Amino acid sequence: MLIVEAWQFIVAHPARFFGALYIHVALSAAALGLAIAIALPTGVLLADKARATLLAITAANIGRTLPSLAVLALVMPILGTGFMPSLFALTLLALPPILINTCTALRQVDPDMVDAARGMGMTRAQIMRQVELPVAMPVIFAGIRTASVQVVSGAVLAAYIGGGGLGDFITAGIAMMAMPQLLVGAIPATLLAIGADRLFGHLQRVMTPVGMRAR
Amino acid sequence: MKWLRNNWDQVLTALAEHIVISFTSLAIAFALSLAIGIWAARSDRVFRWSLAVSGFLYTIPTLAFLALLIPIVGLGKANAIICMVAFSLMIMIRNVATGLREVPAEVIDAARGMGMRAGEILARIELPLALPVIVAGLRIATVTVISVAVVAAYINAGGLGTLIFSGISNDFAPKIWVGALTACALAVAADLGLALVERWLRRRTA
Repeated sequence: MLIVEAWQFIVAHPARFFGALYIHVALSAAALGLAIAIALPTGVLLADKARATLLAITAANIGRTLPSLAVLALVMPILGTGFMPSLFALTLLALPPILINTCTALRQVDPDMVDAARGMGMTRAQIMRQVELPVAMPVIFAGIRTASVQVVSGAVLAAYIGGGGLGDFITAGIAMMAMPQLLVGAIPATLLAIGADRLFGHLQRVMTPVGMRAR
Repeated sequence: MKWLRNNWDQVLTALAEHIVISFTSLAIAFALSLAIGIWAARSDRVFRWSLAVSGFLYTIPTLAFLALLIPIVGLGKANAIICMVAFSLMIMIRNVATGLREVPAEVIDAARGMGMRAGEILARIELPLALPVIVAGLRIATVTVISVAVVAAYINAGGLGTLIFSGISNDFAPKIWVGALTACALAVAADLGLALVERWLRRRTA
C-alpha cells in the first residue's frame, strides 16, 4: 500500500518531515500575517476615499488573476532563491483577497448606522473602531480565509524557488517517480489547506458581532 | 530580450499549448457543471452536496492534487486536465445553480401559463436569464484554469510553465521572465475579455 509506505517514510525520516512541515506552516503564517498587516490598514485608510478605493480594488483584481507560480517565478530573478523571496511572493499573493474584501466590506456598511453613531457623538476613529470594522468583520475574514488557502497552496510551489516546505517532497517524488514520497508531501499539504479553511471559517463565525449572527 | 527574439516560435507553441489544454478542461468542466448545476438548482440536497464535494476539491493545493493523481493516471496531459476540471467545478456549479435560482418565479409561471414544457422553459427562459451569472463563473474558472496549467507543466502537460521550469532549472532569467509574464498576460486578457462579455450580457438581460 502506498499510504503505508508513505507513513513508513515519515517514521524513517521524522526530522526531514517535521522540518518541512514547520517551514511550510511558518512560511504560510508569516505571509498571511504580513498580508493582513498591510492590507487591513490600507483598506481602512482608503475607506473615505471612493476613487482611491476603486483604484485599489481594480489593482487587486488584476493581482488576483496572476498565476501563483508566475508570481513566485518572477520574484526569483530579482530576489534570488530561499525563504525570504518565497515569503515576499506569498505575501503578494495574499494581499488582493484581503484588500478587496476590506474595501468592499467597509463600503457596504449601512450609512444610516454611521449617521446614528455620529449623532451619538462618536468621533471618526470611534465610528471606525466600534461600528464600521465590527460590521465589516465577517466579510474581511472571508477574504483572510481565501488568502489563507491560497498561501498554503502557494507555499507548496515555493519548493521551486528553494523556499522549502512540503513541496520539496513532491518535487523530489516527481523527479525520482517515488510514489510514497509524493504522498508524504501531497497529503499533509492538502490537510493543511483544509485545516486553514476550517480554522478561518470558524474564526469568521466567531468574529461576527453577536447581533449579526444568523439565527 | 535577445532570447525572445530568437525563440519566439517556442513561446508561441507554449502559448498555443497552454490555451488548448485550458480550453479543453473548461469545455469538459462546463458541460459537467451545467448538468450538475441544473440538478442542484432544483434540489437543495444536491446543491449542498455538490458544493461540499467540489469545494473540498477546490481547497486542495494545485501541486498536491497533481501529485496525488500521479499514482493513478501517471504524468502528462490527462492528469493535468482532470486536475483543472476538478478545480473549476465548484465555481461553475455554484454560479449555474445560483443563476438559475435567481430567475423570478413569476417569469417561470408566466412561461408555464403560455403552455411551455419544462425543457422549453429551461432552454428558452431560465438559462438565458441566468447567463450573466454563469459567464461570471466561467470567467473565474478560466483564470483559475490558466493558473493551474502553469504548474501542470511540471508533470509534462506542456504550456507556458515549461518555459518557467526550464528557466528555473537552467538558472536562465530571460526564459522565466518570458514564461511568467506571458502567463500573467494571458490570465489578465482572458479575465478582461470575459468581463466585457459578462457586462454586455447583463445589459442585455436587464
